[in-house]
Amino acid sequence: MTTTTVRPLPALGPNRRLTVPKQAERTLGNGLTVIAVRRPAVPLVELRLWMPFGRAHLARGAMLAQTVLAGTEAHSATEIAAELQKVGGGLSAGVDPDRLMLSGAGLVTGLDRMLELLVEVLTGASYPGDWVATERDRLVDRIQVAQSQPSHLARTALLTRVYGRHPYATQTPEPDQVRAVRPAALRRLHAERVHPAGAVLVLVGDVQPTRALDAAEAALAGWRGDGHVAELPPAPPLEPGPLLLVDRPGSVQSSLRLALPAVPRTHPDHAALQLANLLFGGYFSSRWVENIREDKGYTYGPHSVVEHSVAGSVLVAGAEVATEVTAPALLETSYELGRLATVPPKPDELEQARQYALGTLQLGMSTQAGLASLTSAYAGNGLRLDFLAEHAARLAAATVDDVAEVAARYLAPAKAVTVVLGDAARVADSLAALVPVRTEGAST
Amino acid sequence: MPTRRAKIPATKYPVERFALDNGLRVVLTPDRSAPVIGVAVVYDVGIRSEPQGRTGFAHLFEHLMFQGSENLEKLAHFRHVQGAGGTFNGSTHFDYTDYFETLPSNALERALFLEADRMRGPRLTEENLRNQVDVVKEEIRVNVLNRPYGGFPWLTLPPVMFDTFPNAHDGYGSFDDLESATVADAADFFRHYYASGNAVLAVSGDIDVAEATALIERHFGDVPARPAPERPDFAEPDLTTERRSTYTDALAPLPAVASAWRVPDPVTDFAGYLPFVVLAEVLTDGDASRLVERLVQRDRTVTGLGGYLSFMGDPFDVRDPTALLLQAHLPPGGDVDKVLRTIDEELDRLATDGLTDGELARTQARMATHLLRDTDAVLGRALRMAVLEQQRGEPGLLNELPRLVGAVTEEQVRAAAATLRPERRASVEVVAGGAR
Repeated sequence: MTTTTVRPLPALGPNRRLTVPKQAERTLGNGLTVIAVRRPAVPLVELRLWMPFGRAHLARGAMLAQTVLAGTEAHSATEIAAELQKVGGGLSAGVDPDRLMLSGAGLVTGLDRMLELLVEVLTGASYPGDWVATERDRLVDRIQVAQSQPSHLARTALLTRVYGRHPYATQTPEPDQVRAVRPAALRRLHAERVHPAGAVLVLVGDVQPTRALDAAEAALAGWRGDGHVAELPPAPPLEPGPLLLVDRPGSVQSSLRLALPAVPRTHPDHAALQLANLLFGGYFSSRWVENIREDKGYTYGPHSVVEHSVAGSVLVAGAEVATEVTAPALLETSYELGRLATVPPKPDELEQARQYALGTLQLGMSTQAGLASLTSAYAGNGLRLDFLAEHAARLAAATVDDVAEVAARYLAPAKAVTVVLGDAARVADSLAALVPVRTEGAST
Repeated sequence: MPTRRAKIPATKYPVERFALDNGLRVVLTPDRSAPVIGVAVVYDVGIRSEPQGRTGFAHLFEHLMFQGSENLEKLAHFRHVQGAGGTFNGSTHFDYTDYFETLPSNALERALFLEADRMRGPRLTEENLRNQVDVVKEEIRVNVLNRPYGGFPWLTLPPVMFDTFPNAHDGYGSFDDLESATVADAADFFRHYYASGNAVLAVSGDIDVAEATALIERHFGDVPARPAPERPDFAEPDLTTERRSTYTDALAPLPAVASAWRVPDPVTDFAGYLPFVVLAEVLTDGDASRLVERLVQRDRTVTGLGGYLSFMGDPFDVRDPTALLLQAHLPPGGDVDKVLRTIDEELDRLATDGLTDGELARTQARMATHLLRDTDAVLGRALRMAVLEQQRGEPGLLNELPRLVGAVTEEQVRAAAATLRPERRASVEVVAGGAR
């Protein structure tokens, strides 16, 4: 043993209080809410337009996102992209079972131009036939590639198992459904669902908030239409049952996925559950990571996270583990969940998780892009940035007893829905030694 | 009348540079607009420096740097960073290895302590080594072996383009090499490459320069001085005849291809190198770019396309020899030869006819946005400045990049395009083995 000076770990300085940046909000006559937040660090502006999109037809929704920027009466897709580029900007579209989102960023001097082009697309997307045909084939190819990815297949199986008949159960269309989508259907869907009522536009960056609201109002007040609103039914409760083993012959790893119950951000248990999740597997210094990665070397990146959607929240834990240790990895996972659900955490362990939760709030707000995504995600769930301060206070106040209680309520292994994607011939027997197993072929 | 061009904005991040007596170079860039900091330590050793028979060692060693150090038990590093509200990671590149944290600014001294402690000496034990070999094997399985297009093209193209071990070998490593690595290998590697004189520390964000300087001297000042090892010359001659290689990816459902051409030395000939960085974007940035318009929209011979400098896509963090890469995914039954012929044709057209009105200016405006966006995060700034200091002694170049990109001329982009000849090209083709 070499002798070295023992150096003490330096203490932390005093915590800086969480301050929420300056913002302004206005709801326009057409029902669009605009939120502008000032963060002048770089001369850019971030844009997020969140439009409610629940219960939209899966394949048409995916194709709409793929082609909404594909042209208008005035400009072709290439021209729109070039016009955005001129101001250092770009727009992209994405869709999920809750929303259609248009997002982008550009030089702040180009904000007015970006808004003009945005409204041109919102009110005049034309879905030209040749472009739609090209994008249809591209999307089909992309889905085919996704279906060869173990992480995608495991997620697909988990969603089906968790959500049953709820619209969240299937989130990727089949290639044949995409092939059937025609431009007329996209124009119809656009007319029906791309409208300002219930939509939220977030602008974050080197802007004066009221001036940004004025610019947005000037550009977007003429966006009309208030068709159809579709409410999603609440997500069903989890129904534990046999482990679902999805066969992927030849896999050199197994994809392990567990779903556990969770609550929305506004629920009184949310802060304590967030802390309990961190203790279990929500950050690197968690019990699960220390156990199956740093102690046993079963896996590279295990992780658990509470996912919030409009119709419900769920805690998802995932790890890719070597085929030969699939059952041992599941055993350790159940052990860590069970231990957390039945034995209160140590106070210093909770403090560590608490500091992490509070610190990452600060980090998430420290860039324009982070702030824009956070503001938009909150707004989509009916919250505003001041919720951050309330949430920080709840994180600060949660006690060992609170965390132990929510861990017992939500993280008990008996409540888990478990899916494993892997080489069934090599892992089925040992998994069956731990839990009842139901095996099926990969779904594609 | 030519299109009016958007004014390219610049940043004015302040830069303080100094070196400690032990040779450690330091860059500070204060910004008090948010209570967060980024801390980066960059060592001048990467994949190209790992010994023959030890493929993957630089990356494996990166893992070992997190496994405890003089005053820290295994797992302590993670707990102390995250218990201070921060996040951390490290990554291994062709020419450097970085370690970094981003934290609330009240954790500055703690972060410096943690980095200094492992610079003095990581705990290299048999148990930790075996554990991390297992973890790295799982990392390779998840990123390469168990997924389609794993390692394409960053692991599969260099062996086509290059001939010498440093440039051509698999930087993730073979399982055989990883498994036969020893604690003595690790100790040697540390002694040789992880010298204070071979490292740069950068701190960005909510700091007071005088206070940060004092803390850095306190924690790093007594790290034993060791000079930087001499860096070998990794130069290789340019290709004079085309090279092609093909492999079947058992999991890939569709074909793909990547091509690369050597480019001027990014460090010693930055002015000659920059037009290639711009050219890659002219060719591939978005729906208005040359190759997307032609190959994706008009010909429909490819379904996705990317163009970038250096195998890891880090144009300002790489030394010679490196390359401009184009990669494309094709539809079922797609014809790779046809795609390559069309790329040649478009490069010819660009070199001969030049750019269209406004094409260059809008590409440059978009590149400025990307550069500014990347450095908006304090950690992005610290990492970039650390590498710019290490490879160029010029961390303030970060502030200049948008302007320098904006100053590249049409003539330079045309001349760059003219050098991308088929006979200088190395390509690797993925044959889809996973079609169903």
